This record gives sequence, structure tokens and C-alpha cells, in this order.
Amino acid sequence: MTARDEVLARVRAALTDRPGAPAAAPGAPPRPDVRAAAPGTPPRPDRDLARLFAERAGEYRATVRHATPATVAEAVAAALAARGGHRVVAAPGLPTAWRPAGVEVVGDDGLTPVRLDALDGVLTGCALAIAETGTIALDGGPRCGRRALTLVPDLHVCVIEEEQIVASLADAFRRLRPESPITFVSGPSATSDIELHRVEGVHGPRTLEIVLIAAGSSGGQVSQAVSSASAPGRT
Amino acid sequence: MRIALFVPCFVDTLFPATARATVTVLERLGHEVVFPEEQTCCGQVHANAGHRAQGLRLARRFVRVFGDEDAIVAPSGSCVATVRERYPQLAEEAGDEALLADVRALGPRVHELATFLVGVLGVEDVGASFPHRVTYHASCHGLRSLGAGDAQLRVLRAVRGIDLVELENPTACCGFGGTFAVKNAEVSTAMLGAKAADVITTGAEVCTAGDDSCLMHLGGGLRRLRAGVRTMHIAEILASTR
Amino acid sequence: MSFAAGAHDALGDAQLRANLRRATTTIRARRQDAVDEVDDWEALRERGAAAKDRALHDLAAQLELLEASVERAGGHVHWARDAEEACHVVAGLVRAQGADRVIKAKSLTTDEIGLNEALAEEGVRAIETDLAELIVQLAGDRQSHILVPAIHRSRAEIRALFAAELDRPDLSDDPAELAEAARLHLRERLLTVPVGISGANFAVAETGTICLVESEGNGRMCTTLPEVLITVMGIEKLLPRWEDLPTMLELLPRSATGERMSPYVSLWTGVHEGDGPRELHLVLVDAGRTDVLADPAGRDALRCIRCSACLNSCPVYEHVGGHAYGSIYPGPIGAVLAPQLARMEEHADLPFASTLCGACADVCPVKIDIPALLVHLRGRAVDRRRRLDPEGLAMAMLGRAFERPGRYEAAQRAARRGRGILAHAWRVGPLGAWTSSRELPEVPDESFRAWWRSR
Repeated sequence: MTARDEVLARVRAALTDRPGAPAAAPGAPPRPDVRAAAPGTPPRPDRDLARLFAERAGEYRATVRHATPATVAEAVAAALAARGGHRVVAAPGLPTAWRPAGVEVVGDDGLTPVRLDALDGVLTGCALAIAETGTIALDGGPRCGRRALTLVPDLHVCVIEEEQIVASLADAFRRLRPESPITFVSGPSATSDIELHRVEGVHGPRTLEIVLIAAGSSGGQVSQAVSSASAPGRT
Repeated sequence: MRIALFVPCFVDTLFPATARATVTVLERLGHEVVFPEEQTCCGQVHANAGHRAQGLRLARRFVRVFGDEDAIVAPSGSCVATVRERYPQLAEEAGDEALLADVRALGPRVHELATFLVGVLGVEDVGASFPHRVTYHASCHGLRSLGAGDAQLRVLRAVRGIDLVELENPTACCGFGGTFAVKNAEVSTAMLGAKAADVITTGAEVCTAGDDSCLMHLGGGLRRLRAGVRTMHIAEILASTR
Repeated sequence: MSFAAGAHDALGDAQLRANLRRATTTIRARRQDAVDEVDDWEALRERGAAAKDRALHDLAAQLELLEASVERAGGHVHWARDAEEACHVVAGLVRAQGADRVIKAKSLTTDEIGLNEALAEEGVRAIETDLAELIVQLAGDRQSHILVPAIHRSRAEIRALFAAELDRPDLSDDPAELAEAARLHLRERLLTVPVGISGANFAVAETGTICLVESEGNGRMCTTLPEVLITVMGIEKLLPRWEDLPTMLELLPRSATGERMSPYVSLWTGVHEGDGPRELHLVLVDAGRTDVLADPAGRDALRCIRCSACLNSCPVYEHVGGHAYGSIYPGPIGAVLAPQLARMEEHADLPFASTLCGACADVCPVKIDIPALLVHLRGRAVDRRRRLDPEGLAMAMLGRAFERPGRYEAAQRAARRGRGILAHAWRVGPLGAWTSSRELPEVPDESFRAWWRSR
């Protein structure tokens, strides 16, 4: 008998009392906005989600800068300048309009981890962001880059469009697909292993700078990396 | 109403004043108190220590003794929790469907004293007077299994003249835990120490709780420390008058 | 070493006790703040418990589905009946790469099966990259907590350790400086070692997705940078559906560290072209879990998501720490899982290392009724004992006394005279165990029932 056969046989034998899974629990109802409005209240504008996101991300000591579609590159440049980021790698699908002047931006030519380590930082967009937890979701797509990009360099500048912000984790999971590798980032890396004293910055990027683009005026682009609201594919 | 008194074995033997006080309070409120003399023990020690066969026998016995009563009251959160939680568990594990049905029906009719006063009789002020500084320990089973913490505090607050001071950590376990007190005596003592320090810091003359098991352990420790703090069951405070 | 002996040592260690008191008090407060923010925490716990139960009650089919999903996504699935087989499988996979070093993310399951030792025997060095695991590894020590395994170590001790083992006599005991030293020490290896080993917090059967929750980023490094990734996972970590993940992710960080989200949560499904390892191996480990599953009264323990909230609320754990439990899983859940995984052949004293206060059950995000499980396991422990043991005898005599009022009252009278079963019964241990720290209660002249009869 193979290990597989035996383990499965043991599992089946263990459950002969048929505890019987409860009827598949309905999926969680769409979570109300975190500052739940009374029923009948008209839905709030995204501005509230953006504000909540900025507040929550800020609590993780990620710096949040606000920009308009016209001033993104400027905000990115400022973020990099503040953190000494002169030579950075950009996600391959990063919009040109977001690329800062005065900074050397290299493409991801299959850079090895060691070469990534020699760069000052990384510049990406995101797949979506979650207001309730101040979280950025990266999905390895063109706007986010492959995972090593947002892991090795010490500084991560992430550009988020307000329309990309959803309220909750459950909302995020309805939009993300498992076919991509997904990384949720909630602040810079940290540890509390020494006497429970929180220390920021261990192995992941020690600095996280967020540029938040306000919705409106020039019809900000919806990130292509955000999938439509269909359920994750079942094959 | 007719109230059947359930007096835990260690209360009957070591702390009869608690049970007498329970009678006093219930009679003062105008109720008829009966004491089914066939009762002995609910089996908590056996049930909790893994001696299931004996626990089961005592559970069946309890059902025989109290099964016909509508309202059963005990001055002990842990004993009531035994009836409500351990009895169904014992019955289920033994595959005894009849007993399971019996204990499920009986459980809701068995009450800890304060939850009975507040929840069933709708009374918080029982006409008590106790002009002393008192601190309250929230015994674990009463607190977590029965939600008794609130009721116990309410009846205490209604006592005339009482100076109720709060422990820094009222819900921390005192460390008794039945056989734990002797099988893991050192840890039990460490927990006792933390609780005793808390009690002493309040400057209270009296430490009270709804379970004499906690008070026996805590009181024993406070006396060893010559702390000058005495322990009294809530029932005794509620029975006090001018 | 018995729990009582381990507890004895711990109770005498003032530094340890100060660390534990501070740590658990702090985490409890943070957890409470994080939980209070949630609209309906109780409903969330129900959903979490239901999700785990759906997985456990249908586990065979779910495991087959997980395997198919992972393989469809380009991963390989291996099965292991016990710890030894799991280590053998992993060692084989590592050797097939010709590697003599691996980088490891924190994984209690790999600690449980003794993977590092097994790899060492095969000439493979496992480099722990989680800060606490690094500390434990350098000190030749043992983990004492599920989440912060080196909580028993003060900053001064860690400074001394790093001075010696990392050749850094220049370090102060500032935690930020110590963390930086660890970072530098590990960085080169994290960027270059071609084989990574991780655990998993969850795996989704329907999609084949593996989920890893962490704070430092070393987990991401071990699971993204190497060529080959080996993920070792207990079979109970499975979730049926993609939408079960957000439920668990809302429960875990708040329960564990009191955060809304842990800094990094990574999801990978098989192999992703051009991004991360080219080879993924998932090793599914039984190692006693099917025994736990086979006990209807005990199987709820497999819901555990290793958040450590129960440890942090436990007064016993607060006083003695994790080493006293002698198991990789300490605290309340450890007192249940350790003996269960060992079929009660070991750790049979752990279920008794509790007052049944219930603080753990209040905080468990997946509603495991730990006190009920402890009582159940005590029953199993008693059933295994020799029939003539002193406690058994005392309990039998006490039980007999309670069966008839006449016998009971005779015993009460004997107790007043200081003799007989009632006087003896509650001193089940040696009398000294009670009186070592407490006065004995007096036995009043008149019992309650005697008074009742006389009125």
C-alpha cells in the first residue's frame, strides 16, 4: 500500500461515524462597509474607502502620499528622493505616466536576487487594495511584477488608484484569481520575536511608500490586473 | 415558589454557613425552600478528573434526586456548570440517549444563586446590609459557563453600606481547579499568589465569590500569609442584615 | 520530564516569568482591540469553525481534490504516514537537487517531525531564517511558544548569543540592532540557496492554493527565490474553498498578533511561470492526525489554526511558559494535541495541567471547546491507568461514599474527626501538596444537613 493509499484509508476509517459536513454554508454575505451605514443609506463615495485605506496603511508606518493623475510621477519622484532611491526597478507594465524623471529606472530583465539586492528600490502598481486592513494586493501581473521584485529591494513604492480600493478581505477575494501568485502586503516587514518588542524591517522591504491617486478628473485607468467579478475559475 | 436546594458536598461538610445563608435569603424573599435529603454530590470531582464511570453514576443519581423539581438552586457556579456541561458530555460519550435527554431537560432548571435571583426572580436587592470593604472574585465556571459575573455583581452592588472595590484582574483564575490544586500544587500556588496580591492591594476586609472552592483555596492562602483578609461566600453577604 | 517538573523549573526563573507576564499581557490587550473592531466577531468565529469542520468531515475527498488541483497547477504532491517518512521524503527531494543546504521558513510542523535533525543526518544543513527560530537554533534550545518561539529569551541573552554565534561582539541589546544583525547574517543565504522549505497555514482544495502568513518576509524569500520549494503541511490544514481563505485571514492575524493583517500573506498555486520556484513539492503529513480525527469527541482539536490566542490567555501558561509542556505545541491547545497525536502514550499528564478555567475557549477563533477536550482526554488517561493506583482507589471510595446518604453522612462525621474518606479524598495528592501554601479549612461541628434536620 502506498503512503497515499494508507493515509486516505485511515482518514476514511476515522470518519465512519459520518459527522456529515453541515450543508455548504452560504458564502459570507458581502461585508458591509466597515463603518456600516444604516440600511437605506445611499452608498458612500469611494473617497471614504480611500481615506480609510490611507489611515490604516499609515498605521503600519507606510507613508501615504496623495496625487492626481497629473502629478503621479512627481509624487513617485518625491517618495524616491525622500528615501534615497536613485536606481530602481519598475514592474514591466508600469504606465509611462507614472515613471519619475531624474531617477534611473531599470527593467526587469530576469534580474537575479543578488542583482535585485543591489538596487535601491522597486516601483509598482497593484492589483487592488483593501481599506479595512490597509493592505495592498499584488498578483504578479504586469503592474505588479514578479514576486521577487517587491521582495528583495529595500524600498517599495507602490502606486494605487482609488478605484482599486475595495472594502474588505472578502471583497478582495471575490476579485482575485488563484491562477496568479498573490501577495498581500500590510506595511513594511516586522518582527516581535525579541521580548515582543516590535521592530520594523527584517527581510522584506523595510520601507513602503504608497502613492494614492485620487479618482476623477482625467478618468484614472482601471488596473487591468483586477479581474472581473466572476468567481475563480473551476476546471 | 418552591425551590429545591442543591448543596454541594464540600459546602454541606466544610462551609454549611453558605448553605444556611442561601436558605435565609430565599426565605426572606418569601419562597418555600426544600432540601431533598437524598442528595450527596453532583460528581464534579470525578467528572472533571476523568473518572467517567463514577461521574456517570453520580449524574444518574442527581437526575433521580432532582428530576421532579422545577427550580433547583445551588450556591456554586462550578457545580451548576457540571450539571449543564459535563453531564451532557458524559451521557454523550457513554452513548446513553435517555440520560442525555434527561440532563438536557434538567440543566436549564438548575441555577447558580445570583443568576437565579436576578434572572428568574428578577430581584437585585435582597434586603441585605453589609457595611464593609469587599472585593469580588469572578469564579471561572460561573463567569464563563453560566454568565454569572454580571448577576453576582448586581446583587452585591445592591447591598446596603457595601464598599465594593474592584480587583485589577477579577476574572483571572484563582488556581484551584479541583485536583489541579494538589496535582499541580506549585502552579496552583503561583496563581494563588497573583490573586492574593491583587486582593491585598485592594485593601478589602473581605474577598467574596460565588464558589466556596475558590474561597477555600484563596482563603487558605490569605490565612497562610496572615493577610488579615477573610473570605465569605456571596450568599453570606446577601444574608447579612443590620 | 513531567509537566510538574518542568513547571517547577520555570516557576523559579524570574526572568522567564517577567518576560511571559509582559508578553502575554501585551498581546491580550492588542488582540482585544483588534477583535473589538470587528462588527460581529462571534459570527466570524462560527464561519471559521464551520469552514474547518467542512474540511475535516470530508477530509478524504478534500485531500484528493487538493492533490488534483496542485498537480494540475504544475506541483507535485507527496504523502507521509508518519514523521519519519515525511523527513525521508523531504531529504530525498533535497538530495535530488544535489543541495547540501536549505533555507527554511518557520514551520512548526517541520519542528514537530524533527526535520532539521533528519536532514543533518543526510548531510544537509537546514538554515532557519525566522528570527525566533534562528535564535532557538543558535542556542541549541527549544521553542516555547507557537508564535513567538523565543519569548523565553531576554534581549540581553540574545545579545550574548549573537555575540558568540554570529561573531558580533559589537552589538547592543537593542531589539532593532539585533534584528538587523540577523538580517545581515541571513541575507546572503536567502538570496542564493536554491532549495527552500516552508510550512503552510492553509491549503485550498478547490484551487490547490497554499497560503503562508508571516511578518518578517523570510517566508516570502524561502518560497519565492529558490529554484525548488518544498512545502510540508499537516493534512488538517486544508480548507475546502477559495472563499474560506478570507474568513480565516480575518480570524488569524487578529487572534495571533492583534493586527488587522500580518505584514505578508502569500498565496501560490502550483508553479507560476517566470515567477518563483520552477518546482513545487507539497508533502502531506499524517503523523497521528488521523488518530485524532478518529476520536469523535477529540477531533475538533484539528480545527486549530495555530494562532496562539489560547496560550496568551492561559493563566497556567503565563506562569510557566512553553518548555514545561515538553512539546512543540504548548499551552492549552498543546495540552490537547500533544497527547492526542501521541495516542496518549506520551504527554498523558498534559490534560491535567489546567484548572479548566475556560479563558482559552473564549478566545479560540475556531471555537474549539478546549476544556471539554481536556476533560475527555483525562477520561482517556484514566482509562489507561493501572486499576490499583492510589488516585483510582481514592476516587472509587469517594464515589461509593456518595452513592448513599447514609454512607455519605458517616464519611462526613469521620471527616470531622479528621479521618475517613472525606478527609482523605480531597487530599488526593500528599497532604503536603495542599498545606505547602495554604491553611486547611476547619470542618465545622454541624453539617448543613444536620442543621436542616434540626430546625
